[in-house]
Amino acid sequence: MPDVRAVPDPGGRPAGTPATRSVRRATVLVRLLRHRSGSIGLILTTTFVLLAIAGPWIAPHDPARPNYRNLTAGVQREHWLGTDAFGRDTLSRVLAGARYSISIGLAATVLGALVGGAWGLWSGYAGGRVDGLSMRLVDVMLAFPGILIAIGLVTITGPGVGPVIFASAVFGVPIFARLTRASTMAMKERAFVEAAHALGARGGRVMVRHLLPSVIAPVIVFATLRSGTTLLVASGLSFLGLGVQPPAPEWGGMLSDAQLYLAVQPLMAFAPGIAITLAVLGFNLLGDGLRDVLDPTLRT
Amino acid sequence: MTAYVAKRLVQAVPTLLGVVVLVFFFVRALPGDPARLYVGTDADLATVEAARRQFGLDRSLPEQFVFYVRGLAEGNLGRSFRARMPASQVIARHFRATLVLASIAVSVATVLGVALGVAAALRRGSLVDLGITSASILGISTPSFFLGILLIYLFAVEWRVLPVAGSVSPRGLVLPAATLAAAGLGTIARFARSSLLETLGNDYIRTAYAKGLASGRVIGKHAIRNALIPVVTIIGLQFGFLLSGTVIVETVFNFHGLGWLLIQSIESRDYPVIQGLLLVFALQFVLINLLIDMLYAAIDPRISYA
Repeated sequence: MPDVRAVPDPGGRPAGTPATRSVRRATVLVRLLRHRSGSIGLILTTTFVLLAIAGPWIAPHDPARPNYRNLTAGVQREHWLGTDAFGRDTLSRVLAGARYSISIGLAATVLGALVGGAWGLWSGYAGGRVDGLSMRLVDVMLAFPGILIAIGLVTITGPGVGPVIFASAVFGVPIFARLTRASTMAMKERAFVEAAHALGARGGRVMVRHLLPSVIAPVIVFATLRSGTTLLVASGLSFLGLGVQPPAPEWGGMLSDAQLYLAVQPLMAFAPGIAITLAVLGFNLLGDGLRDVLDPTLRT
Repeated sequence: MTAYVAKRLVQAVPTLLGVVVLVFFFVRALPGDPARLYVGTDADLATVEAARRQFGLDRSLPEQFVFYVRGLAEGNLGRSFRARMPASQVIARHFRATLVLASIAVSVATVLGVALGVAAALRRGSLVDLGITSASILGISTPSFFLGILLIYLFAVEWRVLPVAGSVSPRGLVLPAATLAAAGLGTIARFARSSLLETLGNDYIRTAYAKGLASGRVIGKHAIRNALIPVVTIIGLQFGFLLSGTVIVETVFNFHGLGWLLIQSIESRDYPVIQGLLLVFALQFVLINLLIDMLYAAIDPRISYA
């Protein structure tokens, strides 16, 4: 079942010439900055991506160093967000944890979009039996609601960063496949594809040079929206104890640890919880903004 | 209509067959040996072998598969390794809890979501609209495990008005149901708002106003009904995702429903229960999709499946 926020756009246009393309890219950014929620999303997302890069360096303390004389502390001069059950600095752990949570979410989304996109493009272009069979497979994958596929895969592979990325990526593959297939089907009947065929272009070339540019806009918009969901799933796996394992400061895992100390030190839960929420909010707002700017035919 | 339902059910058969096969191989791909797990690490080899025979795991994979499929055909999910009773009974025991939880959550999310969405659409651009749209996107973005913990902190730790753990009692259901409803509520409100706004832009709405109908009547009779059609899809989808969403919410609240049972059964490698649960989840998803399509016909007289 495709995510309903994104209905594939059958009326996209072929890619412009290089010159118009770079102009269009600049206007997209300007229009995004003028878009109220889009600009907030862009700022939030940029901040979190920068944190994922620089987080461990700007952390005031070593996120892994325990201090048994200062357990579950509240706000202190030395520890702005207090300390956890091992006396580790919560602020440093949230900052360092961005590298885990954000990179996992982004990597899984990109991987899912690439594989699902290629699948959908190929299936939609090939048509016929191949398409019928491959869409049946998508149906089977989609018959398991939401997070179940990710839970199943990560239980088989065992915990860790790689498995979480893999499981969260597979969770997105069938949806990207269906979305890309729908746009491809609509697009391959258009005159410019026929022209490419008439000029002797082969299937692979038609797919990559002609179909891909015209179906990619909705995929990018959807991938942005999807990043938030993927982040939720990935941190959910770690929250369930199936994903990234302690002592790594992954936000979902931190929340799971913090639940035990809720009555003692709620800051332990609030800090990573608010971090995930803001990051997901950022991706969702950016996705909404991008959709409004890039592709007005996609509805909310 | 009956013919349509029958056709749809027949169409679902290949999907469900795929699910049946996938589920079988999934549980057997799980690392670890259930027989060893159940008799304990210090049991001797003979005891492990006996357990393996009892679970039917001593047979070859094809034999196990035939056994499993034949059982399914007779409506038999096998015996739970852990509870030592039919897996269907184990699942049935936890089904009611999740059904109650999910039904409350989806009802709250639907009623409040549609009401808020309509309110926002009718006052487009106002502070009310801004508030509702912001709250909706925040609800969608908040992970259920964080919202659940936040609610536990406020209502169970700080104010001590509700229990920490969820249970099938009026007080025990409040927090898990609220947590589960939040994300769906946001999605439904957003969808109801945009759908109504789109409908209000149609010519027939202008016609209705032009012929002098009161605005309440135009909106109530003409706009809402048409705007509702896409909203029904979202509500159905939410319900489909709700049962799997309960995995996390039930873990946060230690609520003994199907989601909780799934995590427990995966941990204890209880093959028959995992298989049964996954089949139940997949089947309800397929049925809900069918139900949505039938609801379309009920709301929109232009759609008929005759």
